[in-house]
Amino acid sequence: MSLRTRKVVFRVLRYVVAVIALVFFLFPILWITLTAFKTGDEFLHSPPVWIPQSPTLRSFAHVIETGGLKTLKNSLIISTSATALSLIVGSLAGYGLARYKVGGDNLPFFVLSQRFMPPVAVIFPFLLVFKTLKWMDTHQALIIIYLTFNLPYAVWMMRGFFMEIPVEIEESALVDGCSPFGAFWRVALPLVTPGLVATGVFCFIFSWSEFFFAVTLTRTTATTLSVQLANFFGKMMTMWGEVGAMSVMAMLPLFLMSFIVQRYLVRGLTLGAVK
Amino acid sequence: MELSPKAEEAQPKIGWSERRHITPWLFVAPCIIIILLVTIFPTIYSLGLSFTKWEIALKEKPFIGLGNYIQLFQDSRFLHSILTTALLVVIGVGMELALGFSLALMLTGEMKGKRIIVAALLLPVMVMPVVVGYTWRLLWDAQYGPINQIIGWIIGRPFTYTWLAKTSTAIFAILVTEIWQWTPFMFLVFLSGLATLDPEIFEAADIDGASGWDKFWSLTVPLMRPIIIVALLIRGLDALKFFDIIFTLSGGGPGNSTETISFYIYQTGYQFFRLGYGAAASFVLLIALVIILTYLLKLFRATVE
Repeated sequence: MSLRTRKVVFRVLRYVVAVIALVFFLFPILWITLTAFKTGDEFLHSPPVWIPQSPTLRSFAHVIETGGLKTLKNSLIISTSATALSLIVGSLAGYGLARYKVGGDNLPFFVLSQRFMPPVAVIFPFLLVFKTLKWMDTHQALIIIYLTFNLPYAVWMMRGFFMEIPVEIEESALVDGCSPFGAFWRVALPLVTPGLVATGVFCFIFSWSEFFFAVTLTRTTATTLSVQLANFFGKMMTMWGEVGAMSVMAMLPLFLMSFIVQRYLVRGLTLGAVK
Repeated sequence: MELSPKAEEAQPKIGWSERRHITPWLFVAPCIIIILLVTIFPTIYSLGLSFTKWEIALKEKPFIGLGNYIQLFQDSRFLHSILTTALLVVIGVGMELALGFSLALMLTGEMKGKRIIVAALLLPVMVMPVVVGYTWRLLWDAQYGPINQIIGWIIGRPFTYTWLAKTSTAIFAILVTEIWQWTPFMFLVFLSGLATLDPEIFEAADIDGASGWDKFWSLTVPLMRPIIIVALLIRGLDALKFFDIIFTLSGGGPGNSTETISFYIYQTGYQFFRLGYGAAASFVLLIALVIILTYLLKLFRATVE
């Protein structure tokens, strides 16, 4: 085979691989989305019907009737609050670590190691404390936990972004009599806005998708989307239309967000280790 | 505050005199306080719990020393959950690495429509794990799932295998699900890693007449080593905590055969209310995590320096 034909073969081959990969990775998402629009006869039909013959929104209506909007609201409140707090605390600490090298080399790694804390290691003390505080089944319990579990991530991401901007501007601000906090807030932070947005999106994605703490610490009033989805499955066996509808509600916001931060995806997914 | 000479050099002197005072610590303080309060203290408390025979119905927490730990290592269900977790970490993450790397090698470089292809391939990473679990439960379903239907088309007769009712195929189904969600992560990380490699090195190797296979093992892999370690670190440690997919896809069944460590601990607390015992089990997991984290971080630092 000449070099030319080999190149042509490779070019064709990689598109074949791309198509196979696309089919495998997108099929499940497509299937659950289609399920959301099927009628009961269709999603409980054997062999399965692929394309809904008369697409219906009944599953969505039923999800909303059974409290779906409330859990959507809970998820929004909890995820947004946790994200906002993570960004505030995380960018402060990230700045301290980047500019003042607080705690030398070890502190950043100590913070990072918390990212790998298994939730089961802290769940029993949480149960006891939240019972005593009467915080079971409340927004604030989950907000504080998500804030804490987002922090290592937010700190490392923001530390990386701060280290990339030149120090000279802040220095001249400090020389001109600006306070250290002023240099952070008015000079450095505006320069890392894109990084702040990307970090925020990832904190939101984590909080939105979290399941373990949500299922152990909520019952009825503060249930999030992920818990409601599990409830649906348990209570109404094989109500696949409803499961599909809730899945669509859960997936869509994150898909839109991931497109916003496309440029920072690799960096975001690897805690800034790969740029 | 002590400063290492390296840090001193890295930052120009003018204007940073504040760093000798308390101010720098004020930036970090909220973060440290939250981490101490919400993870470190509970972890220490949990360690204390693990030495007691505390069950939720009991008023007292009798101290039993290492009793829980001794019992754990005679508990076949716990040992089995370690095995299942190890299987999911080693085979699952290993397959993700192999598939993700292969896919990245195939799709690296100039290609029409690449941006859209990459963005689409990455969607599984963004899906909530609970949704992933239920979606695949439906896909594997004996009657209503398309997987059996497709196999039926291929073999030419109806196929109604109940994948999740038998241990071996349930584990297989969980592995496929995990691989589905996280291969795109590996793919993306390696794709951007490959893009940073200097093409001149490969051109030089071409002139020397190196084969594609030689180039892969003696150039690509060593150059990608730090990135491979980072990807393994992140995925491996997350897979050790494997919970959501088990909860939604197999529920730990059939029987208890697909329980992971996290899932078993959840059960001891929520089904059997044995909090002291569960705390001890969670410490075993924590220690395993710390050992693996330390090892991989050492490996990573050595590679980078």
